[in-house]
Amino acid sequence: MYHNMEELLKLCEEKRAPLWEIILENEKKLSDCTEEEIWQKVETRYEVMEESTKRARKEPLTTAGNLISGVAFAQQFYSEKENTICGSLLNRVMAYALSCSEVNASMGKICALPTAGACGIVPAVLLCLAENKELEHKSVLQGLMTASGIGAIITKNATVSGAEGGCQAECGVAAAMAASAAVEMNGGSPRQALHACSIALMNVMGLVCDPIAGLVQVPCAQRNASQAVNALISADLALGGMESIIPPDQVVEAMYRVGKLLPYQLKETALGGLAATKRGKELFEEILK
Amino acid sequence: MDVSIFEVAGPIMIGPSSSHTAGAAKLARIARQIVGVPFTHVSFGLHGSFAKTYQGHGTDKALVAGALGLKEDDERLRQAFSLAEKEGISFDFYEINLDEMHENSVKMTFFRTDGIESEVIGSSIGGGQIVIRYIDGFETEVTAQSPTLLIRQYDRKGVVSDISTVLANNNINIGIMKLSRLERGQIASTVIETDDVIPQEVVKSLEELENIISVKSI
Repeated sequence: MYHNMEELLKLCEEKRAPLWEIILENEKKLSDCTEEEIWQKVETRYEVMEESTKRARKEPLTTAGNLISGVAFAQQFYSEKENTICGSLLNRVMAYALSCSEVNASMGKICALPTAGACGIVPAVLLCLAENKELEHKSVLQGLMTASGIGAIITKNATVSGAEGGCQAECGVAAAMAASAAVEMNGGSPRQALHACSIALMNVMGLVCDPIAGLVQVPCAQRNASQAVNALISADLALGGMESIIPPDQVVEAMYRVGKLLPYQLKETALGGLAATKRGKELFEEILK
Repeated sequence: MDVSIFEVAGPIMIGPSSSHTAGAAKLARIARQIVGVPFTHVSFGLHGSFAKTYQGHGTDKALVAGALGLKEDDERLRQAFSLAEKEGISFDFYEINLDEMHENSVKMTFFRTDGIESEVIGSSIGGGQIVIRYIDGFETEVTAQSPTLLIRQYDRKGVVSDISTVLANNNINIGIMKLSRLERGQIASTVIETDDVIPQEVVKSLEELENIISVKSI
């Protein structure tokens, strides 16, 4: 049916269908499941996502070394204030994303999207947008279908592994997935959705994976928060008419090549970046020895 | 597009790491199924990245949880140590060098109540996926993604043909088949992944074949 974004877009335009419909058709053929069974599986994932956006906003959770314990709770409290700089939506979306990261780091239940380390971005964007715009439940599930379909194309043609492509491939791809979904959920076209995906990836190109003490906490949580925001602004830029000068498939390829060029010290090994700072090394000794 | 959306949205799992936590739990759970009999102690030999970062990622709890039969998305995973104590199962961890094995590999030795030690070596290869590489010294390749038969047999002519005949007669298609033996003419191991679910009566029919020592279905 399709192998890349260009072919996916062509199908959408021929059939005058949104991205999620073509992605669903493909999944039916691929899995031998009925439409109902596929939606049920999407719903199951939605439930885990929703719960993980909530838990750490209600109470601080314990994580190894407590590097991010309480960050979601504090951000939730702040997001309810009147005098924030970015306003309620952006602050809330960060609180949701931080909650997922904190739940993950505390050995709680999450849904990898596309990975465990990046599990906060898609849920934060989809759920906050739906709440903000008072969208129907099925719109969120359709958004999840779109996001996952875009993620599948990137998995196929590039990588979503931090060890292979750095943080751009994990949190960056999650932002690209969420940006596409946000565009469609807000009434944008498939073309705009794919350009939002490109813009999100441009914004994050080259981001390294440098987890302190090798733990999925810092800077993973901060990047879940900031990439959720990246998804929203990329979606707005695309909805405002911005198009990516480089076609989306070529942006994905560029991200993949940049990932290959990154030295191994900056790809999940905790040997470079923040992990290799004086304090980063001290934390490794304190927590793991 | 041959990548499923559920490879991207998933797995549903206990954090923080799909390879160091979810994959570790699955490795030990599949190893438990392979061993298939009660045990009182498990020794985990940790190799590579598993050895270096196991505490921070809860790899130790995940392995014990898996050995107790808990799934990768079971919230009790965090309390695996106290659950093991309640079940009277002890465990220990040590560092090991498994040479050319994948960075995230573990050697699991199960001390069975029948006095025999069973040894399973496997790797967590990313995204929660696993592959079991050795069972009691026999080289193998179990990914536990489709129904799998583990057969121990005497290394004699015609045994493999007998096995495949039983499967064909029961309308079961073989996806992957891997044979290995430690010594010619001694004991051999066959691992078969099938496209179809394997009913218990097929396991029985296989057990009744000449030169078959044991058959397990996971």
